[in-house]
Amino acid sequence: MLFDDDYPTSQGVTGGFGRLLERLHLDPPLLAGLLLLCGVGLAILYSAGGESEGILLRQGLRMVLAFGVMIVVAQIPPLTMRLWTPLLYLGGVILLILVAWMGDVGQGAQRWLDLGVVRFQPSEIMKLAVPMMVASFLHYRPLPPRLRHVAWAAALILVPVVLIARQPDLGTAVLVASAGLFTLFLAGLRWRYIWGLALSMAALAPVIWFHLRDYQKQRVLTFFNPEKDPLGAGYHIIQSKIAIGSGGLFGKGWLNGTQAHLQFLPERSTDFIFAVLGEEFGLVGLCLLLVLYLYVIGRGLQIAIRAQDTFERLLAGSLSLTLFVYVFVNAGMVTGLMPVVGVPLPLISYGGTSMVTLMAGFGILMSVHTHRKLVA
Amino acid sequence: MRIRIKDRNQEQRLFVSRTVLTFVAVAALFGALVGRLVWLQIVNHRHYTTLSVGNRVRIQPVPPTRGLIYDRNGRLLAENLPSFRLDIVPEEVPDVDRTIERLSGIVHIDRQDVARFKRQMHHEHRFESIPIRYRLTSRELARFAVDRSRFPGVEVHANLTRYYPEGKNLAHIVGYVGAIDRQDLNRLDDSNYAGTTHVGKTGIEQRYEQRLHGTVGYRKVEVTAEGRVVRVLDRKSPVPGQNVYLTVDSKLQEVARKALGKQHGAVVAIDTKTGGILAMVSTPSFDPNRFVDGIDPGTYARLTHSPAKPLFNRAIRGRYPPGSTIKPFMGLAELQTGTVVGRNGKVDCKGVYHLPHTDSVYHGWKRWGHGWTDLRKAITQSCDIYFYHLAVAMGIQKMHDFLSRFGFGKRTGVDLDGERPGLLPSPAWKRKKYGKPWYTGETVITGIGQGYMLITPLQLATATAIIADRGERLRPHLVKDFQDPVDDKLDPPTDVKEPPVRLRNASYWRRITRDMERVVGSIHGTAHNISYGLKYKVAGKTGTAQVFSSGGGDQEGEEKNLPMKLRDHALFIAFAPAEHPRIAVAVVVEHGGGGSVAAAPVARKVMDTYLIDETHAVR
Repeated sequence: MLFDDDYPTSQGVTGGFGRLLERLHLDPPLLAGLLLLCGVGLAILYSAGGESEGILLRQGLRMVLAFGVMIVVAQIPPLTMRLWTPLLYLGGVILLILVAWMGDVGQGAQRWLDLGVVRFQPSEIMKLAVPMMVASFLHYRPLPPRLRHVAWAAALILVPVVLIARQPDLGTAVLVASAGLFTLFLAGLRWRYIWGLALSMAALAPVIWFHLRDYQKQRVLTFFNPEKDPLGAGYHIIQSKIAIGSGGLFGKGWLNGTQAHLQFLPERSTDFIFAVLGEEFGLVGLCLLLVLYLYVIGRGLQIAIRAQDTFERLLAGSLSLTLFVYVFVNAGMVTGLMPVVGVPLPLISYGGTSMVTLMAGFGILMSVHTHRKLVA
Repeated sequence: MRIRIKDRNQEQRLFVSRTVLTFVAVAALFGALVGRLVWLQIVNHRHYTTLSVGNRVRIQPVPPTRGLIYDRNGRLLAENLPSFRLDIVPEEVPDVDRTIERLSGIVHIDRQDVARFKRQMHHEHRFESIPIRYRLTSRELARFAVDRSRFPGVEVHANLTRYYPEGKNLAHIVGYVGAIDRQDLNRLDDSNYAGTTHVGKTGIEQRYEQRLHGTVGYRKVEVTAEGRVVRVLDRKSPVPGQNVYLTVDSKLQEVARKALGKQHGAVVAIDTKTGGILAMVSTPSFDPNRFVDGIDPGTYARLTHSPAKPLFNRAIRGRYPPGSTIKPFMGLAELQTGTVVGRNGKVDCKGVYHLPHTDSVYHGWKRWGHGWTDLRKAITQSCDIYFYHLAVAMGIQKMHDFLSRFGFGKRTGVDLDGERPGLLPSPAWKRKKYGKPWYTGETVITGIGQGYMLITPLQLATATAIIADRGERLRPHLVKDFQDPVDDKLDPPTDVKEPPVRLRNASYWRRITRDMERVVGSIHGTAHNISYGLKYKVAGKTGTAQVFSSGGGDQEGEEKNLPMKLRDHALFIAFAPAEHPRIAVAVVVEHGGGGSVAAAPVARKVMDTYLIDETHAVR
């Protein structure tokens, strides 16, 4: 397949540095991909953030913190993770309930929990806890899962997703749900269940629509007809399409994007940074970025295939695919293919919370890969 | 409970197949994304580039500088003065209210200024500068300059404001500019006036608006989403408007205006060689500068509702009976038509005229009559009885036809808007207007410039210039030259010549001129009062136009006891020097009484000023 470095230590990376990575339980190909993404992210952010060193420094510090978290997680053996999974999941759900009860309202949504020292979003935990929980649940069951087990797994997914969607935080809900569903799918969910699920989702769509908040409905409506409200909700999509479209094949050049630098493009450092890249580096730049993401996803799936037990396999696969969901939902939104859902472009959008979770996920991948017993 | 054994190998195979499937799906979806990007960035690239450019590029008009107006001697009549405005940029000021409070210690800021500022602040971006005070005085400007460092975000802005240094002296000629209103918008070229705030409203400012205005320039600027200008991409300089040199002599104008004094009336002086108007006064006048930046409603109401009508240009819009000033033209008509008056051209004037076959009696102004009177005596002493005879002998149609060749009853075509045609009556006109036939009695009084006939002072001066120039007709005009703002080349207005008045015998001109000279020169002449110390010969004619009928005839000097508004209008026409005329003048003094007393001295002053130099010699 893509990668043939079963023993990455001595071949891929030379000498003492390679041994250091091995001792830190890090996977050099994955690490390289992640570092490359972060580098691209900083370069684009410098342009999108109005060439401000302050923003660059803050984002750099977040990256250092996130890589720190990744390294720490990579040290934990998968077995330990599996054993602690129920507790993590239960704790996460309790925190979600606490947030619904007494959380801080920020930007119109109740997502934050103030722990006195730090404010954080319990929903972030669930991005990891849900696939872990589903994977560990299925670990003990024969696969492909039987209907009963599928129902249990679905409940494990649905409880936190509903809690998150009610905050409301549609973006995170989508990510958490997809992480759980990918776990189920990779476990070999029978196609008839998949079709059944798809049909019941279609049937449930009107109900979901009824339960959406007004601003969420608005986003969906705006998606179908952005020109209807060119100065309001549709403005984002219109300006982002202009930015990307005017970039052409090679783009306007780094720091030369007029849509971004003259502030026509809203949310240009955060959710819409993909458009800045498209404006300044054109189709070529965006394709290279997509290839880079594909490389990281591919490496993650390879790790999953080589993993040694069901829990590791399912978890590694699901976490890799989560990266895909991030990229696809964000790029789809920015290019006007999908409704505006608040999902950042992973490792490139300005902001810390989701990056830490994401890197913790990659830490799990590295742990899975580096804690293999060489003799099975 | 049935226990199923986990088959690890089969599970692994299932997982791998699912993973590979997913990876293929992921790659396919990325492919779809790339397809979308190709659609946006390649297929529709041009469309989005256009939108992107449209987003960031704005075109800002740069208004041209308005042309200046000079008099014939290069004296400035309309100029563009810098006026200073105090602006606040809310974004750069920590506390707007506090700043205004501190500013008002330095410059005068009243409550209205603050209210206007606040209103505008709500509608503008915070980085836009908003005026707090217009037209700073030089003292305020100096005070602010000293304290400038204490007011970050407060700036002085200079812009050009139209200013008329001669003020009311040439108000009716030069006119004024005012803020563009909705009516102006309908007729002006939107693109050329994109950056312009003011437009000519009256006078030369209005008539030559297109030449004075110039051509707009533009700046192509790059702006942010908020509209803040980032940089200038391209610019095209505006072309300033043309300068206009008038034929008017502002000094002469002032002399004429002062000579009229507080009386209401008009003076028109024409350069007989060119047809250029040397002076055109209408009193009372007004200060055009008050209109430039919006006149306050109170002042405006006072100006428009005043019975003295200061805004009304009497010289081209005022309509007066010509009275006896028509007599030289009647004399020319007699000679041209070969009409025989009385016995061998003489009439025994006894102060009254009986219209044959009727009971109607018409009086002359001199109760006891002039005795035997010929044309010369009739003009010199303004004998009405003679002209009654002449008018009846000639008939209204011939009279109308001849007089119309001098431009009576028609607009002169002067380069000002709003000129009125006056009225030269004829039977055809009366039938059309009133549906009634013409009566001979009306012919009688038309012969002395009464009845229906109405002239404007400009018409009268133009007709007088035709006599002075022996039939040559030049359209009266105010503009001597247009000056190109770029190469300073002068460009006189096109052809002012009109078809001349030809007489059977050119000596008639000389004859009537001699008769008119005697009006001033003869001891019996009606304007002999202005002949004292005269250094050149004047050909003139007095006139007294009845405002209301006092029972026939125009009885000069008998109405001192009448209330002002019922008094006769005083008129005087003249040209000089009589042999080689250079200036023709018409004076109308409303309710001035006799033409010799009220009007002739005004004309004398104007002619003296024009013809006599500093060494007291004729130029």
